[in-house]
Amino acid sequence: MPARPRRAAAALAATASIALFASACTGSANNQASDDPKAETTITFWHGWSAPSEVKAIEDNVARFEKSHPNIKVKVVGNINDDKLGQALRAGGSNGPDVVSSFTTANVGKFCASGALADLEPFIEKSKLDLDKTFPKVLQEYTQFEGRRCTLPLLSDAYGLYYNKTAFKEAGLDPEAPPKTWSQFTEVAKRLTKAKGDSYERLGFMPNYLGYETVVSHYMSQWGHQGYFGADGKSTVATDPAFAEMMTYQKSLVDALGGFQKLDKYRTTFGDEWGAKHPFQTGQVAMQLDGEWRLNFVKEAKVPFDVGVAPLPVADDELSEYGKGYLSGTIMGIAPQSKKQNAAWELVKYMTTDTEAVVSFANAIGNVPSTLEALKSPNLKFDDRFKTFLDIARHPASTTSDGAVNGSAYQDTLQKFAQQYEKGQVTDLKKGLADTAAQIDRDIAAAK
Amino acid sequence: MSTDTLPAKEAAAPAASSPGGRNTLRSKRRRNALRTLAFMSPWLIGFGVFFAYPLVSTLYFSFMKYDGLNPPTWRGVDNWTYVFGEFPQFWPALRNTLWLAVVMVACRVLFGLGVGMLITKIKTAAGVFRTLFYLPYLAPPVAATLAFVFLLNPGTGPVNALLEAVGLPAPSWFNDASWSKPALTVLAVWGVGDLMVIFMAALLDVPKEQYEAAELDGASAWQRFRYVTLPNISPIVLFAVVTGIIGAMQYYTQPIVAAKVASGKMGGSGEVFVPGYPDESTLTLPQLVYSLGFSQFNYGAACVVALVLFAFSMAFTALLMRRRGGLIGSGD
Repeated sequence: MPARPRRAAAALAATASIALFASACTGSANNQASDDPKAETTITFWHGWSAPSEVKAIEDNVARFEKSHPNIKVKVVGNINDDKLGQALRAGGSNGPDVVSSFTTANVGKFCASGALADLEPFIEKSKLDLDKTFPKVLQEYTQFEGRRCTLPLLSDAYGLYYNKTAFKEAGLDPEAPPKTWSQFTEVAKRLTKAKGDSYERLGFMPNYLGYETVVSHYMSQWGHQGYFGADGKSTVATDPAFAEMMTYQKSLVDALGGFQKLDKYRTTFGDEWGAKHPFQTGQVAMQLDGEWRLNFVKEAKVPFDVGVAPLPVADDELSEYGKGYLSGTIMGIAPQSKKQNAAWELVKYMTTDTEAVVSFANAIGNVPSTLEALKSPNLKFDDRFKTFLDIARHPASTTSDGAVNGSAYQDTLQKFAQQYEKGQVTDLKKGLADTAAQIDRDIAAAK
Repeated sequence: MSTDTLPAKEAAAPAASSPGGRNTLRSKRRRNALRTLAFMSPWLIGFGVFFAYPLVSTLYFSFMKYDGLNPPTWRGVDNWTYVFGEFPQFWPALRNTLWLAVVMVACRVLFGLGVGMLITKIKTAAGVFRTLFYLPYLAPPVAATLAFVFLLNPGTGPVNALLEAVGLPAPSWFNDASWSKPALTVLAVWGVGDLMVIFMAALLDVPKEQYEAAELDGASAWQRFRYVTLPNISPIVLFAVVTGIIGAMQYYTQPIVAAKVASGKMGGSGEVFVPGYPDESTLTLPQLVYSLGFSQFNYGAACVVALVLFAFSMAFTALLMRRRGGLIGSGD
């Protein structure tokens, strides 16, 4: 063989082998469970909780599981975020997790579509678990994607309105009558606001999309909408008028309370969302959109005022749906590379469906229980205010965000446009939403 | 090695006229080549495993749909057209990265050189100043960024309180799209201790007699710097610029930490952080690689962005190497 063709052939072979090697370096998402769940084994469970009280609660829960399943030991690893989780699920290996949990329901679509988490359907069938009789409908929705169920709900979060009753009294408002519609809300927020120079001594409400939980998806649950995607899988943000209505209202609230620049500068004085200096706890804002967990934070911070809770207001023409809210929660799944999937399922099944386990865990960390039985349990130990969140969780009109093949990317795109609109950088809402919808569709097409 | 090889060749030359001699010469050359390869093998293995293979893989995956879990499938140029034509974050990220590569690197080099020159000139407390300017470089990037975001907080930061007290305009720094990159540049210049040290070493290495000769010829301070100092330290300036640009192409930690803290979105309740706050002004290409690859599981598009970064790093480096003489004198 002459030298040049020989070299060319060698280069081709090298390239091909590299390509094959690269192809070979990919995980497999189709492992079958063949382990004996009755055998002595140790499984690894990764979760995202990091606060000491929450870590203790999850460890207590795992200890209860080990007591009821003496053959299975669980190695618990905390403070895991979704990026670390994704990396471990892609890499596989014996040191990776068998069972995982995540706070980001928006990533379920990505986890299920890619096979990053194992399909739970065979386990559910084997255990004869009736999901409709076990979990509320919304929770069933956000734990699957396009018919592929790769997670189950482990407790849930319901979002409502926290308000400073003492400030209500000071402003001449009835602390037992929180606003029910967004029009009323604007008036209440204005009356609660006290100016100080070119800033605020107290702000009625921080409406900006970066005001912690005041993100597009949490606002959107208070407007009747048909989801973020239509039956054809295309974005509905331009075609469903609810999105434009919400953004128009939010912008009007921003303007009514002093304008974006003034509000945003005040926002930079806020403490950390998860610390004692949260602006609601320090009295810097009088009302806050937040999850049920804030009750525990408020108690721990020993705030010097009375705190009221209520469902968030609804659109003026949707008063009949007052009481609804945004629902989310923690999700739990099994790593597809795990060689102990049957044992892992035992832990998932116990933590997500055992009424005593769910109630104990919900009591310990102040979250909303995620099973229908646990929601009715007499063993729930919450103060009266928590009932508001239980009612929001049970409300038939409560909604959540849809899953997508690229995770939360569509929410990010929508949130980015909403921020431009609240700042006044974009004024043509209709065109902006049409462009946003087109971008969401392009991103999803690229990820498919 | 050349001293070994040359006599061997000379010794072999007369024998090469016969067929046996040619074989001896060939086997000797082969042995030499193998020996050379053996000595080079650690580098070759490292180059192959940590550079060539990842580079070829990145190119390969840029034409595939790949999520890191399932086998890649052919996608042609779709990832390329998506990144360049349909992915709106790409161009802002590219602009920001180039801005940082030009402005931030220039500021760091100029400031590092300036501080180095001052410290080599001062007679007293040079050690104290050298330590003071070097210490910030030792601060971990996350801690340093956190400190800067708090110091430059428009609502509660002492810097703005001071500026307002003396009647100067107080920008919103990391909360304002026009000021976020300058704020990152201030942070980078603050940690210029690494460049200061190498510039000091280079400046102290300039032969004193050249300055004396220039002074005798009546050269001004600027002329002494332009025609004596700069040509002598030009390799170090080139090193600082090239490594600075490569660093700017990998700039990830500081902008993402600044954006997270300044936006107040530290995560925790399942929310996903969108990098680039405010208004994508701190978004850089490495952040896009991470976001596309690890958050969206779109390795193909992430590989396209990674290749763009590689191309820019190579282009900048090649340009500087070629233009070195024109830019900073004849040098070495």
